[in-house]
Parts: sequence; C-alpha cells; structure tokens
Amino acid sequence: MTSFDAIVIGGGHNGLTAATLLARSGRKVVVIEADDALGGAARSFEFHAGFVSPGLAHVINRLDPDVLSALAIEHATARTAAPTVALSLSGAHAVLRGAYGETIDGVSRDEAARFRELRSKLLFQAGIFKRFLKRRPPEVGEIAFTDLKSFATAGLHLLSKGREEGRDFLRMLLMNVADVADEYLTDDRLKGVAAFDATLGIHLGPRSPTSLLGLYYRLTGEVAGATGAQVVAKGNGHSIAALFDAAATKAGVSIRTGTRVEKIIADRGRASAVVLSTGETLEAAAIISAIHPQATFMALTDAAEIGTGFRRAVGNIRTKGNVAKLDLALDGIPDFPGVARDDLAGRLVIARSIDHVEQAFNPAKYGQFSTDPVMEITLPSLTDPTLAPDGACTLSALVEFAPYALADGWEKGKPAFLKIVLETLERYCPGIGASIVATHFLTPADMEERYNLPGGHWHHGELQADQLLINRPVSAASGYTTPLEGLYLASAGSHPGGGISGLPGLLAARQILSEKRA
Amino acid sequence: MKHLTAFNRAEQGHILTPRLETPFHDRLAALSETNDWYSWAGYKAPHSIFDTELEYFAIRSTSALFDISPMVKYRIRGTDAARYLNRLTVRDVVKLGVNRVHYTAWCDDHGHVLDDGTLFRLGEEDFRLCCQERHLPWLLDSAGGFSVEIDEETAEIAAVALQGPTAFAVLEAAGFAGIEPLKPFQLAEFPHADGSVMISRTGFTGDLGYELFAPANAALGLWDRLWTAGSGFGLKAIGYDALNRARIEAGFIVANADFITAETALRADRERLPDEIGLDWLVDPEKPYFNGRDAILRARAKGTLKHVLVGLEIEGNIPAEGAIVYHRGKKEVGLVTAAIWSPLAKRNIAIATLSRPFGASVTDNLWVEIYAMRELRYQKLMKRARVVPRPFVKLDRRAATPPGRF
Repeated sequence: MTSFDAIVIGGGHNGLTAATLLARSGRKVVVIEADDALGGAARSFEFHAGFVSPGLAHVINRLDPDVLSALAIEHATARTAAPTVALSLSGAHAVLRGAYGETIDGVSRDEAARFRELRSKLLFQAGIFKRFLKRRPPEVGEIAFTDLKSFATAGLHLLSKGREEGRDFLRMLLMNVADVADEYLTDDRLKGVAAFDATLGIHLGPRSPTSLLGLYYRLTGEVAGATGAQVVAKGNGHSIAALFDAAATKAGVSIRTGTRVEKIIADRGRASAVVLSTGETLEAAAIISAIHPQATFMALTDAAEIGTGFRRAVGNIRTKGNVAKLDLALDGIPDFPGVARDDLAGRLVIARSIDHVEQAFNPAKYGQFSTDPVMEITLPSLTDPTLAPDGACTLSALVEFAPYALADGWEKGKPAFLKIVLETLERYCPGIGASIVATHFLTPADMEERYNLPGGHWHHGELQADQLLINRPVSAASGYTTPLEGLYLASAGSHPGGGISGLPGLLAARQILSEKRA
Repeated sequence: MKHLTAFNRAEQGHILTPRLETPFHDRLAALSETNDWYSWAGYKAPHSIFDTELEYFAIRSTSALFDISPMVKYRIRGTDAARYLNRLTVRDVVKLGVNRVHYTAWCDDHGHVLDDGTLFRLGEEDFRLCCQERHLPWLLDSAGGFSVEIDEETAEIAAVALQGPTAFAVLEAAGFAGIEPLKPFQLAEFPHADGSVMISRTGFTGDLGYELFAPANAALGLWDRLWTAGSGFGLKAIGYDALNRARIEAGFIVANADFITAETALRADRERLPDEIGLDWLVDPEKPYFNGRDAILRARAKGTLKHVLVGLEIEGNIPAEGAIVYHRGKKEVGLVTAAIWSPLAKRNIAIATLSRPFGASVTDNLWVEIYAMRELRYQKLMKRARVVPRPFVKLDRRAATPPGRF
C-alpha cells in the first residue's frame, strides 16, 4: 500500500488548488483524476479537428487573487476587461465596458447614469457578502471570536455609508433581480443582462424571490483587482486548467490522470484510504474530495460508514443543472450586425428583457426547455487564436434554460433543443448556420456523465439561499470537514460555491493546515 | 343540502372504526369484564380484562396471555440486511445468531434514541424488528446504498405473549413439541394449523415466558389452542396495567413513557442519548459504524451526558408515579416516570430520570415528593429514595433451561 499525507480526489481547479497548497506546505500529495487530463470544467478540449473548446467555463470572472498568489500563478495582471454586448434584434446593442459596465455605449446618458447608480449600489452590497466568501462559514453553536469579528466588521462596513445604506442592504438582500432592475433602469437590454447574469446556472427566474443573490455572487468576482470584470477563457497551454496544472506540478504534487477513485475506505468514523480503478489502495491522513458532494458520499462512500440523516441530507442537495453548453466550429468569424469587431472578442448576451429571461425560465419549471432561450456567447478563438485554424473561428455559448430532468428525456430533446438554439443564433447572426463546420452540444445530462457531475450542475448544487454558507453542501459538512475524520470536501459544492474561483479548494486546504497533524 | 366532504368522509372506513381491532380482538372482547380499552398504536387494547390485581398475579403465579399484536413490526430481508441493521442499531448484529433475538436501540445522527425494540434474526438474511413507534420513513431512508427490502408487517402478523411460571407447561400441553430446549432469546418455528407459528423465549415481564408470532388469519386458532391447553394451568388473559407492573419489577423501560423518542420529542432538550436512559450497555464502540456513534462517543469523552435513568427504592408503600425527585429535599433533580409497590419484591420501586450528576456520581440524600390523594385532599409526602440496580426482581425461572413446569 502506498502512503501519502494527502490524497486529492478530482483534478479540477479546486482540487489542484488544495493539492498545491498542501504540497507547498511540505506535504506529500497525490491528485487522482478520472479524466485523461486535469482541469475538470476549466479544461479545454478539441471537439473537432483543429477546433478547441475552452471547456464549460468560457468566461473567467472570479478567479480569486488570494488563490493565485497562494499558488504563485501569474494571470491577467493587465486590466483588460472584456465587454458585454447586450444583443438586440434590431442591431442597436448596448455595450457594457470596463468592469461590469463602468461605462456603457448605446444607451441614453440618463440610463447610463442610472446603471452607474445601480452598479455601485450592487458592488457595495456584494462587497459585504464577499467578506464571508473568503473564510470558512461559522459553525452554528460554536461561533468563534474571529466569526464575531467578521460579523462586526461587516456591520461596521455596512454602516460606514450611513444608516440608509444599511437599511437598503437589508431591504434588497432577498429581493428578486427583476424588481431591483425595474427600480433603477428603464432600458430592457440592460435589465435583460442583469436578469440573465443573476440567474445563469441557477434554477430561478428573474422574478423568483431571492434571484438577486445570483447577481451579488457574480459581482463578488474580480479580475486583476477589478470587481465585476471578466475575461474570455483561453485554451490549450493557456487555459486555467494548464495554469493550475503547472502550479501543482511545480509544487511537487504527484498527479495520476486516467485513474478513477472507486471507493473511499472508512471505518468507524475515520476515512483512511482510497481504492483506485487500477486496484491499488492509497493511504493518507487527509483525503480531500474535490468532486461533487453527492459523488463523494453517494457513490464513493459505503452507506454503512455514514449516518442515515447525513446521507439523506447529501442525497437531497438540490443539484439539477439548467444550462446547456454549445461549441461551434465556424469557417470564419461570424458577423453579428451592429457589433464592432473588437467587441466580438467579449461576451454577447441574448436576453432582450426581463420578460424574455422569465419566459425562457417558465418551461423549465415543468421539465421543458425554452423555445426562445437566453444565452451568453463568446468567440474564444478571437482571444486565443490557438483554438481554431487560421481564418476559422470558434463559438462557445451557455444556453438557458435546459432542465436536467427534461420531461421527455434528453435523448429526444437534445436535437430539438439544439435546433432551437441554432435558429436563435441565426436570428442574431444571419448566415452563421451556413458557416458551421462542426457542432458540439452538451446538455446537463451530458455534463453529468462527462464531468461526473450529479445533475449536470456546475455549482455542484444550487446556489440558493438554503444551500449557502453553513448549509453548503449540508450543515454537517459545511466547514470542509465531514462526519468522517480525515475526509474533507473542496469542491464547488462547498462554501462559497461554483465558478472558477479556487476558493473552496483554498479554504479546504487552510482548514487542513489549521488542524494538528495526526 | 348534501355536504360532499362529509359524505366522502363517511364513506371512509376509518371514521367508523377509529380504533383498529387486533386479530385476537374477538377473544379479548368476549373475555373482557371491565370493558376497559385504550389505544395502542391505533389498536384497541385492554387496560384490564377482569381485575388488574389478579391479572398481575397470573403473570407471577400461573401464566398470562397478553396480546402484543399492536407492537410495530418490520421485516428486513436481503443480502445486506445484517450490514444494514448494523448501521441502523447500536448493538452488533453480526453477533446475533440465526434464530436468536436481542434487545437493541437505534439513534439518529445526533445519537438521540429513536426507539428501543427487539431484533429477531429469522434467517441469515431475514430479520424482524419490533418496537413501540413507527419508523418506516427512517428505515427506508436508511436503506439507501443497501440491498434490502423493508416491509411493515404489523397488521399481517398477530403476536401474543405467554408469560408466567406455567408458560412452558401451557405450551407443552398445547402440543408444541420441542419447545423445551429453547433458551432465553432463542426462537424456533413450530407447526400450527396449516402453517407455522414462530415462538421466541422472550417477554416483557422478567419471568419465564414466550412470545408467539403467527399470520393474522391463524390468530384465533392459536389463541384457542393456548386457551384450551391453559385451563389446567391457571392461564388468564390480561391487560396492559398488569403487564406494566411486571415490567417495572423487571426494570424495563417503555418508549414515550420513560423517555421521549427523538422523532416525537417537540422540545429539543427532551431527546436522549442511550447513556441517558440506561441503554449504555447496548452501545458497542468496537462494532462497525452505526448511526449516532460519533455523538455518543463524543458525549462520553467530553463528559457532556446530561441525564441518567435510575432505579429507585422509596421508603414507605405509596407508589411515587410522576413524583418530582429532590436532592437534600430542596433542589429539583428529576422525575419518576414509573412506580409501583412491588408485591413480589415487597418494596416501593420506581424508575426515574435524573439530571446528572444526580443519580450518577451523587446518589445520596435523594427524596421524592409524593402527592397521595386522600378523599379529595392531597397528602404531601417527602420520602427518602435510594438508587438501586435494576431489575428490582430477578427470577431464576426466567432463564432456567429446561424450563420448570411448576
């Protein structure tokens, strides 16, 4: 039997973050990745000869600076935020520039001012959340002094702008994004973008209560110190996966790809080893599972080694994905009428209005996909030319709403939905259909299978009020520790949640480092 | 005007029979002189049949038949049945042999007792779990990840307890050949009518006794068989009040009488760890993981156990049922949950729950305050109580094998 100080299950960016940090502290660490390459959802892959997809995560907007510095990764130090183009069928688009619309083109001066007001309000409020995203959630019943300190400083920060701001924060906290957008804005395109960003990857419509939380979450992210900014993901050797891979290798992490963990061995409350698909057993004092909590506990852990209530709670995590991923290989750069050539390298959003997003969401409640879907589109090969042959182009889109549990099943639904998605694209980019060389389309059911992602949910569980902080993924495992001593969680299923941030991995590693070594 | 809702309700049978009748009900009803019934898990069950005092003495002097059909019964079968039950319950199921029974308990993730009961191992992969409360959702939730099949068979299986010194003689006279070698907590199948009856040497009286399980449609035939055989051995039908006296003497606890089960407790501080209700001896830290293990062992290690269940011997002869327990006669430290004057022990005995350290490390100077109703006036008695071991009554005949005929 081979022995390590730490075994990390899953070589996604969170697993690699935890592994690298532990290795840098002098521990002997191995990462076990089922796929033949590291990176998980942040890994690029060739989907057609010469055409490479950046992976599920095609926009980078929350890669945490603390994670980058802890891992000694250099990334996007220049403030080159990609714009967001709110597409309009008329060709009169609105363009948000800088970090989440510091300036806006294509709207009236008054509307731009109103957006600025909303933006600064949301950034201020998101900043209060942000304090809690970068630390272990407090433990109910065992609130530590540092927890009280962070509550107190958050409270002081809130009051620093006056009582009125404090009241407004508490008023808005659990509101829906539609009401907030209506309160500030008049332009449907801007409202549509806000509604889209608030609900992307979350099973909520813009008028669903608490849907504003999704936008707060989006606005806790930063790129190169600019909160709310975004960059389009690169691929191949420049992908996020490659950066994390290199950092892990440099830190001396052993990496085993193409190897699946079949079982976590536990006995009487203590996890001690993993059994691999190769038949080997690896032992370690710390086993860090950086895969979906349900995959960890329902598939890898013997039910006889965990409590009924705990297993039931994990099984009940709401984790039905709602987003489909489209990659197109195009024989040339597509022409979106009215979009400047430079802006094509940014993010294009099809969300005409709040109603559009809401109506796209409605069928998802009943297990149907949208017939007029909303989506965000990038042309990644414009940012990273290595992704497509010369003169050709790739298009990547995250499309909502595509409920995991489609009533008629995805086998039948996938071609029908793809047809709708391509027809939708054609309306905003006439002629694109004729330039398609290859199509690669993933429904949540496909993502589940391809990424071992229960429900095909990239957040590893709905990012909603009931599954945040001390309830993420479930209360008995909210602090990266689990009821099994020696087993830790480090995936997006843990606080603070999904997106390419590295924070769950960072905080899990810090938790392990803070404990006395056995 | 015809009211549709009321009309629909009247169509539902349960409105007409708010209490279910057990498979033995016809016989019990015919014998009942007191017509004194209560609800046990939704079934009509007798408090008494003819006279509680005499029924009690039937248990201790001759033999008694007590209908335990309302006891909740689950059947657990499958290749993972033993592994499943080992995770569910606090005792080591691997040590429970086929055709054996053990008393056990099960807890939630926080170590709080959900219920206690008896587990019958009918086969290598076939078990019956008997208990006071219903637990199907918990049992089904626990089944995830195990290859087991779980069925509730409370209504399908009739059960009767035959307890008392002549219990063996009655079974022998009833023609259950081969009953003699059955040891306590052992079970065997015996032919009855067209099928069979499962007989275990178990009971809730601390006396020589057996429990018989048969399909509901064979119940009346089984009763008649025992009743006819019992005529020469003083066999009596009894109700719960008599049984309750015997079980207190034997020191047994009753769920939701001597402790509140975790799922029925409305108040957070009413839940109990096994060690807080005298079931610490069931908990096996050496066996594989089980629900509540972490919490129980943590509470032991940290010394955070809050309560203790004890046997008390109280001076005088007035039963202290429901009495408050005091330390030095002043500080309230607990409550008596069951108490009788024991005719067999000739002692005034009680089961009580105390707040630690009282009852655990502090056992001196305990008092109970008894309110004795004397012709519409309470007479307040402050009586000295002594912590004593349970059972209060220990009978050699309970375990003697072969059993005596008396």
